[in-house]
Amino acid sequence: MKYVDEYRDPVAAQQFADAIARTVRRPWTLMEICGGQTHTIVKYGIDELLPKQVTLVHGPGCPVCVTPLELIDKALQIAAQPDVIFCSFGDMLRVPGSSGDLFSVKAAGADVRIVYSPRDAVKHAELNPNKQVVFFAVGFETTAPANAMSVYQAKQKGLKNYSILVSHVLVPPAMEAILGSPDNHVQGFLAAGHVCTVMGFEEYEPLAKKYKVPIVVTGFEPLDLLHGIYMCVSQLEAGRHEVENQYARAVRKQGNRPAQQLVAEVFRVVPRKWRGIGEIPQSGFGLTPEYEEFDAETRFGVSGHTAPEDPECISGLVMQGAKKPHECTAYGKRCTPDHPLGAPMVSSEGACAAYYRYRRLREEDTVKLETQTHG
Amino acid sequence: MAEKVFDLQCPVPLNDVEHVQLAHGGGGRRMHELLEGLLLPSFASAALLERHDGATLRIGDARLAFTTDSNVVKPLFFPGGDIGTLAINGTVNDLAMCGARPLYLSSALILEEGFPMESLRAVVESMRVTAATCQVQLVTGDTKVVDRGKGDGVFINTAGIGVIEHAQHIAPSEVRPGDVILLSGDVGRHGIAIMATREGLSFETAIESDCAPLWEPVSALLQAGVAIHCLRDLTRGGLSSGLIEIAESASVHIAIDEVAVPVREDVVGACEILGLDPLYLANEGRFIAIVPEHESAKALEILGRHDVSSGAAQIGRLSEKPASMVTMKSRLGTERILDMLSGEQLPRIC
Repeated sequence: MKYVDEYRDPVAAQQFADAIARTVRRPWTLMEICGGQTHTIVKYGIDELLPKQVTLVHGPGCPVCVTPLELIDKALQIAAQPDVIFCSFGDMLRVPGSSGDLFSVKAAGADVRIVYSPRDAVKHAELNPNKQVVFFAVGFETTAPANAMSVYQAKQKGLKNYSILVSHVLVPPAMEAILGSPDNHVQGFLAAGHVCTVMGFEEYEPLAKKYKVPIVVTGFEPLDLLHGIYMCVSQLEAGRHEVENQYARAVRKQGNRPAQQLVAEVFRVVPRKWRGIGEIPQSGFGLTPEYEEFDAETRFGVSGHTAPEDPECISGLVMQGAKKPHECTAYGKRCTPDHPLGAPMVSSEGACAAYYRYRRLREEDTVKLETQTHG
Repeated sequence: MAEKVFDLQCPVPLNDVEHVQLAHGGGGRRMHELLEGLLLPSFASAALLERHDGATLRIGDARLAFTTDSNVVKPLFFPGGDIGTLAINGTVNDLAMCGARPLYLSSALILEEGFPMESLRAVVESMRVTAATCQVQLVTGDTKVVDRGKGDGVFINTAGIGVIEHAQHIAPSEVRPGDVILLSGDVGRHGIAIMATREGLSFETAIESDCAPLWEPVSALLQAGVAIHCLRDLTRGGLSSGLIEIAESASVHIAIDEVAVPVREDVVGACEILGLDPLYLANEGRFIAIVPEHESAKALEILGRHDVSSGAAQIGRLSEKPASMVTMKSRLGTERILDMLSGEQLPRIC
């Protein structure tokens, strides 16, 4: 397919892999931020093409994975109420809350609908004036403009039966949390290309400077990732720590200003809890006072709810890049995509699910080899 | 575990589900749980345990194939077909996958009060035309009407009987390491056609369902004396689920080559937009034939002569180990596992 196949070309991929191998001299640990990038890496086996010195760890950039348990519980509570149409992107439906998921609430009689755009949820609100329509506004900066637009339009149209359950998180504070951790061993970042199409990359420059890490804004196709890794390794070997843009075909330094203005009108920066990580200050969006009436938490009286989370799984360490999914004792045994213990096993973008779906073969080979070695 | 840096937390494990979910009918892992946990143990007959698309039965000197299918598609009318064409082709194809010539069908209509008579006429006309094309007779039937709101316009159940007129045993248990996998054409079109209509998505060109009867190419293979070890039509769950079912039930390793699997460019494009994988999308006119390697060229030549299988290609082969697993060589030359999905594919957030 035009404009896609070019970025999946096997010959060019091998050339990039060779260039990385020629450039690298010392071991480096890089983190790709976005779940979409993790998905590509594991789906295409990008890490198999890299020299041994380059280790990739998978960052916290899957919006499904970092949505905290208590917010899923709130979604379940709201969806279960009569006369509510609960709209969500597809992969949120299987994320386990304290008891069950949106699919099980739907099976028990709730009106839960998958939508492709928050504007579809606004349409449902217009068509169903006697129902309360709630949209589960999940995501990073990438989905914020569309979600903001839905609220903006609902206000323009005077819709009293539309609200959003906000679970918006931001990339730079999460990167700072990882970099500021005493355990951190991430030496370079592949920043999330689509987040930067909206926000630009000016806000990453202070981070690169403060923590002396190279940050390369990177796309999502196999060649994008190999190119981004090449740029990042080149910086590390040269002792540079700058923000560079690999994804120039989509990202401008200043980002998309009209989208940013809309987001700034509807949302304000607030502290947010991240599943598996905990609360990070100034790390997400909430509605501004002018749009507070569209806050589903207030409208349905669920804002006080908190949920204790079970410490068994290591999703937090996985999302910070301190552990690989298969290093978890529950991985592939008590925790599978059918019975996820942690959110990264649910979403197709989640690091654990991506590993489980695409990587078991190599682990089994490793186990086999180890067994043979040990007689 | 490493020292906690943040407040590391994790959700509580999910208990077994209390209600039937859509995933139980999605052709994936959940549906297999239902089969293995409830249905197979309850009705464990030898024919059922073969886990084929239909049952093959010996009655006197005759070998018959018997199958049934319920159709609950939404929307009822879609580019390339409707629920009527699906109901006939689905059952005819299940018989064909048993290597049986389809003969007789039954049909049960469950209609919703208020369903427009004009739509019903259109569905019945599709059934009539498709049955005539497939040279099968509809010989018995049933009609029920449910209250408005208790159905989805029309549900159709069909059952079918076919006759096996050759000596081959075509079943998952017959596949052998060294066999090759032939795919009858491009995959993913039915799934995209349905989803595009359901979601009101339009593309530059309409993507039509591949819905079609499959007995003709299967019959041609049999008449030419091609040894066929297994046939499988690739409906719910798509190519991946069909391959995984066979790998698991025959305890073999199946390796396929991503580049060899035909997918139309418009389907690839739609999948890119929707965040879906064409290998898991439903088809209604595609099948795989697992044959000994030395039969591959002859079989492909025969399949190539029929419109419905003119795009046939060899996509992979079977080996002994790792057993019960399907792997795919990616276009970059790396290898990964194809895993069965829990239920239907879910569109990704971004």
